[in-house]
Amino acid sequence: MKKIVSLFLIVILFSSCKDDVECCVNPGGSVTLKFTHNWNGTPITEADFNQLKFTNANGDQLSIEKLRYVITNINLLDTKNRNLVDLGQNTGLSLTIPNQKADLINLKFRFGFKDEDNTDGIYQDLNTVNFNVPNMLGGGYHYMQFDGKFVAANNQEAGFNYHAIRAVNRTDPNNLVFKDTSFEVDLGEIEIINDTTIEIKMNVAEWFKNPNTWNLNELNTVLMPNFDAQILMNENGQSVFSLGEITQ
Amino acid sequence: MPLDGKKIRNYIFLFMFFLFLMNCASKEEEIYTPIAYNLKVPALFSEKLIGPLIPVNNPLTEEGVTLGKKLFFEKLLSRDNTQSCATCHSPKKAFTDQLQFSLGINNNLGTRNAMPLFNLAWNFSERFSWDGQDFSLENQAFTPITNPIEMDANWQEVTAKLQNHPTYPDLFLRAFGTAKIDSTLVVKAIAQFERTLISANSKFDKYLRDEATLTSAEKNGFTIFMEEEKGDCFHCHGSENNPLWTDNEFHNNGLDRNFTDLGLGAITGDPRDNGKFKTPSIRNLAFTAPYMHDGRFATLEEVIEFYSTGLQPSSTIDPLMKQINRGGVNLSTQEKADLKAFLLTLSDFDFVNSPAFQE
Ligand code: HEC
Ligand code: HEC
Repeated sequence: MKKIVSLFLIVILFSSCKDDVECCVNPGGSVTLKFTHNWNGTPITEADFNQLKFTNANGDQLSIEKLRYVITNINLLDTKNRNLVDLGQNTGLSLTIPNQKADLINLKFRFGFKDEDNTDGIYQDLNTVNFNVPNMLGGGYHYMQFDGKFVAANNQEAGFNYHAIRAVNRTDPNNLVFKDTSFEVDLGEIEIINDTTIEIKMNVAEWFKNPNTWNLNELNTVLMPNFDAQILMNENGQSVFSLGEITQ
Repeated sequence: MPLDGKKIRNYIFLFMFFLFLMNCASKEEEIYTPIAYNLKVPALFSEKLIGPLIPVNNPLTEEGVTLGKKLFFEKLLSRDNTQSCATCHSPKKAFTDQLQFSLGINNNLGTRNAMPLFNLAWNFSERFSWDGQDFSLENQAFTPITNPIEMDANWQEVTAKLQNHPTYPDLFLRAFGTAKIDSTLVVKAIAQFERTLISANSKFDKYLRDEATLTSAEKNGFTIFMEEEKGDCFHCHGSENNPLWTDNEFHNNGLDRNFTDLGLGAITGDPRDNGKFKTPSIRNLAFTAPYMHDGRFATLEEVIEFYSTGLQPSSTIDPLMKQINRGGVNLSTQEKADLKAFLLTLSDFDFVNSPAFQE
């Protein structure tokens, strides 16, 4: 009986120490990125969708019906990476990166895809959710699909499709001219001590505001083939992300 | 620790008892372990899409699929033995009935158009039916059998009929290791068969594999389908990069100003979902007329005319629907004809004629 008990104890001992071996070499912990959304400071969740409750810088009343965008090459991961944030489906809102060393980090990522990562049809997860850009526009992927309705100048509701992609000039369909309109977001220095949650805020109102006041009566749909509209989106996008709360 | 005779006897008894238990357990498994079914995922799908969704508690097996197929065509599943799943989901019609509304056993007319069945294992949200009322294929299969306007049966009678049948008990034993038939096993087998219904061999698939060429009308139609200022169909119905040709999501594509059928809204209770229905795949349209959740359009010409000039405004209409005050983008006669020609290239004759799917 005693033998059995001691055997039992040995087994317990062995199975419990497995995880502890590396415990004290690298203090630090996991880093969780939390993507939150607001309209000039007022939080937005899926519950706020489909209501004409927002007013943009141009004074147009609007609703959000779809908001999804892709974040790539987060510099905390050393390999190429991407994360599709979909506020309507509540997916991709949180991303945990395990085993970060205690360190002062400079958190950076890219909104959309760099040209070299924007190859047509290669990401199965994004194909499955229809995130592709048509071939006649150079293929690859959307950076963002932001759909909603606005109250037009004639007082009628109309849809808008604020779709950000790599800008393409189609003046000569046989010789498309591209401009990479993805951009890097640098959130500055953050000190990682132990498990850390970092909030990354998107102020959705900024897409319509700064530096270009967006007029939905002029720019609402069919923006994918519109080179100039893509440049405006790229410029306005620079100020939409900011660092939020950091909890350790 | 010295062992006395009594203890030894106890140990031997225990040991024998264990052997006995293990023996019982392994016997059935040894004889009736079903063979794993090798689902042939088309190269185009494995290249472009994430893998099919097969639930861990219902893996595909040869015996399970065979049984599921037999059950799919089995009229004993209806109260008066006149209807099977295939009555409304006929393989020759891409598993539809080509009626506006399906007829149940009591000649009751439903209010929805029978849906085609293919590529169901790639519906990753697992919401089935026009309004998403059924979660998972297994759960979906429960509904038609007891629905009074469909097969109108009750499970006790159905399982009794199958249990007393000369071959079913043995088929269940082979597929699931038990000859005791219950509703859960019936729907599991049917779901296994349904997951094997793969359609990926249309003219357009062959074109993508360089095995066929498109006419200039078909090519032009595909361009209209993809152009944001023309059809802009791809945002919901997929593209060469999403060969399911659906997003499996729910949208209001602008059929009605006021809704007689709330669709998804009736299921979620959320008025923001009123008038939303599941985007159907545009594969196999040659076999699945009439179209839309209520079969209101008899022809593809009518469907295309609707998208071009017939859009109806409402608070839940999808923002992708453009120029609603003019009814849509007003395609030219040529553009409409070309779009139709393209849509028909997605019809898969091998699928509707495949012997694996016929009774
Ligand atoms: C009386 C005609 C009828 C019979 C019999 C019938 N169905 Fe259906 N089926 C329909 C209709 C109509 C719909 C659409 C239902 C809705 O949206 O309310 C449908 C929808 C479905 C769907 C959803 C497909 C999708 O893509 O979401 C599946 C799966 C299905 N049926 C399988 C079956 C199976 C399995 C059986 C036999 C157990 C069966 N059906 C029997 C008429 C029928
Ligand atoms: C906003 C998403 C969306 C867009 C964009 C869209 N559709 Fe649809 N489509 C749907 C939905 C949802 C249905 C089902 C609607 C219903 O039955 O209530 C549907 C139904 C159909 C059907 C009927 C299929 C069947 O089996 O009944 C066809 C054909 C079709 N669409 C073709 C097109 C074409 C062509 C275009 C472009 C001109 C297009 N769709 C654009 C969402 C969309």
